[in-house]
Amino acid sequence: MATTTLTPAASAYRSGLYDWVTTTDHKKIGIMYIINSFVFFFIGGILALAVRSELAVPGLQFVTSGTYNELFTMHATFMIFLFVIPMLAGFGNYVVPLMIGAPDMAFPRINALSFWMLPLAGILLLAGFVTGGTAAAGWTSYAPLSEDLPLASPGAGQDLWIVALVLIGTSSILGAINFLVTVFKMRAPGMTLFRMPIMVWTVTVTSVLVLMATPVITSALIMLFIDRNYGGSFFDPSVGGDPILYQNIFWFYSHPAVYVMILPAMGMISEILPVFSRKPLFGYKAFVFATAAIGALGFSVWAHHMFTTGAVYLPFFSLMTFLIAIPTGVKMFNWIFTMWGGKLTFSTPMIFAVGFLSMFLLGGINGAFSASVPVDFALHDTYFVVAHIHYVLFGGSVFGIMAGFYYWFPKMTGRMLSETLGKVQFVLMFIGFNLTFFPMHELGLAGMPRRIADYSATAGWNDLNLVATAGGFLIAASMLPLLWNIFVSLRSGKPAGDDPWGANTLEWATTSPPPPYNFDHLPEIRSERPVFDLRHAPASDH
Amino acid sequence: MTTDSQALTTGPVQHDPLENYGHDRRGGISNPILGMLLFITSEVMFFAGLFAAYFNSRASVDVWPPAEFANTLQMMPYVAPATVLLITSSFTCQIAVWSIRKGDRTRFLRAMSVTVALGIVFLLLQMADYFHLGSDGLTMSSGVFGTTYYTLTGFHGAHVFGGVVMLSVVLYRGSAGQFSARHHDAVEAASLYWHFVDVVWILLFTLLYIIPGTS
Repeated sequence: MATTTLTPAASAYRSGLYDWVTTTDHKKIGIMYIINSFVFFFIGGILALAVRSELAVPGLQFVTSGTYNELFTMHATFMIFLFVIPMLAGFGNYVVPLMIGAPDMAFPRINALSFWMLPLAGILLLAGFVTGGTAAAGWTSYAPLSEDLPLASPGAGQDLWIVALVLIGTSSILGAINFLVTVFKMRAPGMTLFRMPIMVWTVTVTSVLVLMATPVITSALIMLFIDRNYGGSFFDPSVGGDPILYQNIFWFYSHPAVYVMILPAMGMISEILPVFSRKPLFGYKAFVFATAAIGALGFSVWAHHMFTTGAVYLPFFSLMTFLIAIPTGVKMFNWIFTMWGGKLTFSTPMIFAVGFLSMFLLGGINGAFSASVPVDFALHDTYFVVAHIHYVLFGGSVFGIMAGFYYWFPKMTGRMLSETLGKVQFVLMFIGFNLTFFPMHELGLAGMPRRIADYSATAGWNDLNLVATAGGFLIAASMLPLLWNIFVSLRSGKPAGDDPWGANTLEWATTSPPPPYNFDHLPEIRSERPVFDLRHAPASDH
Repeated sequence: MTTDSQALTTGPVQHDPLENYGHDRRGGISNPILGMLLFITSEVMFFAGLFAAYFNSRASVDVWPPAEFANTLQMMPYVAPATVLLITSSFTCQIAVWSIRKGDRTRFLRAMSVTVALGIVFLLLQMADYFHLGSDGLTMSSGVFGTTYYTLTGFHGAHVFGGVVMLSVVLYRGSAGQFSARHHDAVEAASLYWHFVDVVWILLFTLLYIIPGTS
């Protein structure tokens, strides 16, 4: 039996499957989060390609309109709930305990539980495809479309979708509790709150959002489940229910969820930009307060998704939405002035971080357009909104995730990724992304509604749709250098050493990959850049 | 003698990397209790969603409760006694906490047993009330009035059940002698949860049975 070994922990990363399945090590769990998220990124990506293929030219070529509904519903569900959110939670899991000098998360077993709910939820969602049709009411699942009614969603797929989302939500909530207790209770001596890396701050604010918002969508999903399965009438107006109620409760979660999906990515590039600019982050405290302000304002803007319902107070929600631009603008200046006058080196993480800045800026600007009530009335449910969400979540979050991936991969594996392949990936992805989503602004302004499988050949939307489809396949092609890069680098990448980037934060003070429980001894923490201080300390201090 | 060689005499486990993290030496709140408080925060938001649905439904009709159910919800014979018992159980739960803080295990076990018993009786009374209401024709599908009633009280009941399980584990561990005046985080955490469940019931009871309807 293998259990007769006397040493409690052998090599952490050359271990077998059993160790990975039973691990409570935050680093292994973080890596499993990241791998799991990549798997669902590729599944969601294939669904996106199917959507784009159908839309390339007018007419129904590949799928029926019913199947098309399933495709875009599951594309968004996978990308949001099983890719972006868990991917960022995975990076948080890996780096937060390292960054604050802790040996692990506060509740390691709950951490493992949080992770293992995700593949289970993914299987439930995929099971919809083989049980007579998966959910097809859009990722928003508005009632009455999502109700168990003729011409709506009578199948089991919608129920599986609800159960899977409740599971993912529970996973997020447990993860958020874990992050908050870790950050508040497990910081190393000297790591005061205002010396925490920005990444830790953004994960903290994100965790507060998850903690306060996710249970609310759980309640909406449960009400929907009761309506569908137990004869309830929460959202059925014929017996006193109210479909707008679903939208209110849904967006009370789903707008803060947008910040859940972007704040940790902002944290990542706030770690990367200073390192590759050889300067400290400009305006550390302003950045922290701006993050907190975005989190707080995030709870007061949900109804800007519902302007056209006529059921919400337009001036309030419009004003609050514009206000979000202020802390976001503060952050843009933080980032720009961090780079300003710095000694810039354009390694792959830096390129993706700069890609984030430019693309997220566009996503912010076209978002501010939509905050204006009259503009929103014209653009509601058109492709302009699709363009906006992808500039924020792809141009923002995905570019940030890629930046973080290239930045921390050496720490996670002890190997450098190839710079050449990384740059090839960036160029393909950047061009593909803009080819796909920039035309959607134009399509939206031209009146093309979202969530349609077919359009008239004479509507004037043909060329831009074809361009967008070509761009979609270019994005898919940009994944090939990434996969090849990971494969080659894991086998024969350049050894990374402890600190390949000349970085600032504590994770670079330990080995790559770090040992179980992370640190044999910690450097003194006297600023928010302890590893910088260590590197530039007089030799006699050691 | 170095400290290392002294440590060798204390037993086979010399160094647990997490040892100083469970109980903060600086005297702050302990990890499990902070975790429970955060979990309760998320539960508050969950019930906030359900309560919002209730208020929304109630505000959007002229007559509440609907005429056919005008006198269906009655405090007697089940709901009022159940309420008294649940509130009492919060006190007995706190007596258990105070006892274990002083290291009085006998009193802790006695008070905790009473708490668990009261929780179970509450659930039985709620079940009896459900049967009673069902025979009066109020079901989940009796319009939005029935849906909100059963969803709110049902989820509260589910949380009482969860609390009873939690307290039973605490009781079992306590009877095995696992808690002392120094180490009883699980007791504190479970009692916090129990108080939360109690407060939700007080709000629900007020909403459903005391605040008059509109007709």
